[in-house]
Amino acid sequence: MEYYLIVSTIMLFAGIFGFFTRRNTLTMLISIELILNATDINFAVFNRFLFPNGLEGHFFALFSIAISAAETAIAIAIMINIYRNIRSIQVKHLDEMKW
Amino acid sequence: MEITFETIVFFFLAAFTVVFSIFTVTTRSIVRSATYLLFTLFGTAGIYFYLGYTFLGSVQIMVYAGGIVVLYVFSILLTSGENDRAEKFKRSKLIAALGAVVAGAAILLFVILKHKFMPAISETTPVETDIKTIGHLMMSSDKYGYLLPFEAVSILLLACIVGGLLIARKR
Repeated sequence: MEYYLIVSTIMLFAGIFGFFTRRNTLTMLISIELILNATDINFAVFNRFLFPNGLEGHFFALFSIAISAAETAIAIAIMINIYRNIRSIQVKHLDEMKW
Repeated sequence: MEITFETIVFFFLAAFTVVFSIFTVTTRSIVRSATYLLFTLFGTAGIYFYLGYTFLGSVQIMVYAGGIVVLYVFSILLTSGENDRAEKFKRSKLIAALGAVVAGAAILLFVILKHKFMPAISETTPVETDIKTIGHLMMSSDKYGYLLPFEAVSILLLACIVGGLLIARKR
């Protein structure tokens, strides 16, 4: 069981590293996907190894996938709108919030 | 633990997932990063299959690999400018980020490996949960039913459709 947790830990911190070091909003979003994916692995693994008779973690991972899909769709819509307005999605060009 | 076929499969899956998730955040080009994300999600789906959650793995492949990565690639191609390569960072900032991440990972791994989890049944073989049980649980309003979150997620997806159209429309 610990091996699965090692995998998800490394994936989580890879996501955090990407979130720290990237200056492009799309790659920051990709890093967020990695973080969410690591939590999904943890849900499934804890359900399988600690409570093998229930299905709570399974359903939590399922709903988490749905929520992250919704979040990605909205975030990409926002980014396309930003690109339409200021022709760039780099973080350093995003210095005002009104349009 | 003896080396069986299943441990080899697990270590292959784990190495695949870890290596591609690190590649995802270290590569310079965005399209390549999205491609590595796709491989990472496939590896995760493989871990779900290996754990016996076949439905979860297929949902992962369908929603993530089928939907989200395609969305990413479309939006990358829509918004790709002349400076879509990751710019060079100052070395001190990069080292600071790397140090913070490595320290956090070390603390977390230390806690995980030191903690004694109460194993329910030691080394159970993964049994596959059949799809009928999942469907009944998803639609029941009993103690272990998930009807309310199901409906909440459906409302959320509806709001997401409307919001996405509203935000990304031409004005």
